[in-house]
Amino acid sequence: MAEISNEGGGKQKGGKVKQKKISVFVDFTPMVDMNMLLITFFMLCTSLSKPQTMEIVMPTNKENIEEQDMSQVKESLAFTLLLDGDDKVYYFNGKPDYKNYNSLHDLSYNANAENSIRNTLTDRNREAIEKINELKLKKLNLEIADTVFTREASEIRNGKNTPTVIIKATDAATYKNLIDALDEMQICNIGKYVIDKIGVGDEFLIENKKTNGEHGLKYNIPK
Amino acid sequence: MSKAKVARKSTRIDMTAMSDVTVLLLTFFMLTSTFVKKEPVQVNTPGSVSEVKIPETNILSILIDTEGKVFMSFDKQEDMIKTLIAVSKEFPEAYQYNVEIDTETGKLTGDPEDVKLLTKFKILPTFGADIRQMKEFLAMKSEDQDRVLPTLGIPTDSVSGVKYANGSVKTQFELWVEKANAGKSTDDKLRIAIKADQKTSYAVIKTVMNSLQTLKENRYNLITSLKQANDDKQSH
Repeated sequence: MAEISNEGGGKQKGGKVKQKKISVFVDFTPMVDMNMLLITFFMLCTSLSKPQTMEIVMPTNKENIEEQDMSQVKESLAFTLLLDGDDKVYYFNGKPDYKNYNSLHDLSYNANAENSIRNTLTDRNREAIEKINELKLKKLNLEIADTVFTREASEIRNGKNTPTVIIKATDAATYKNLIDALDEMQICNIGKYVIDKIGVGDEFLIENKKTNGEHGLKYNIPK
Repeated sequence: MSKAKVARKSTRIDMTAMSDVTVLLLTFFMLTSTFVKKEPVQVNTPGSVSEVKIPETNILSILIDTEGKVFMSFDKQEDMIKTLIAVSKEFPEAYQYNVEIDTETGKLTGDPEDVKLLTKFKILPTFGADIRQMKEFLAMKSEDQDRVLPTLGIPTDSVSGVKYANGSVKTQFELWVEKANAGKSTDDKLRIAIKADQKTSYAVIKTVMNSLQTLKENRYNLITSLKQANDDKQSH
């Protein structure tokens, strides 16, 4: 393979041409060595897979928005998630009830737990999830195109009777908690969700829940 | 007595095929890979099921470590220098670089000392320092920079920010982001990607998000690593 047989350089002797074969054998070992070294370098210094990202769209600053421009959420469809430290998460439906600490319910990030965010939200969003599953099946059977699927799925997600989730996190929560919560939105096909600032009232609710109502007896309900 | 004759075989192995394979592998690695950027702090991104890949170019990535220190990296070097000069101008007490950039070639002209500093700045993969200390930081040797950088970070508090005559305050972080996108049309605006550690407190993330919100940068990406959602639970 790496030999190049060279014919020529024959000496003439008595009319007969005697050809001498010179074999040029190129030794590729150093070449392989060098290549291996380079491969090792590239393997160690590069990342093959690009990192995953999550795209989020935040609302613009509230200061410049008129009351009438704000989108209103139906009370029965509002679902507020409160993320607290130590991987604790709570929710309440609709408007908060400051008097009753039991209106705040415990949740869990663990998908296998009985009261996981996933179970609770899939329950609320059953209709949309079923429709999306049907759509997925259609896509699998190649009945509809990818673009049609994306468009219709987002239509279902943002449908009339799907819940609107408001995510609020306390300062004690971690970034992972936030990402986990956002993740559940995607898994549960929630189209309408927003990250909002936590208010004094929400913190009051959490404190009240933690102390089983004692906090509410000591302090006044915030306005 | 006859000696047993051992046939002499050449021990030479033809390495050509091996070389072919290695060159092929090398080409593959060179074409498919992107270099890992040197980051001053180790960041473990949280896992998510999202499968959106990050766009390759025009990215302004914001790195936030566990303690809440903020670093930045650009993928275009000209942007970096332009932004640094623009941010410095906002701070009268900070060092002013006496350098002009040629818009076409990107060549720096001006005070040779400053050109040297900015050339050093340009090759930094990730940076983050108070603008008032930036000159001292740039004057350091590269080994010293690596050592010091994790203790610095771009300040996100309003105290070290700039106060305008009309009473409004901009933090240094806000200025960096604003100047990075200054004078750009909506199409070639830098896409902001936030890369934060799992354990970073939400309080820090909140300040960064609020800063972006005041700048009307409402769309951005959060960098996560891949995690599989268990599907049996999903249909449950």
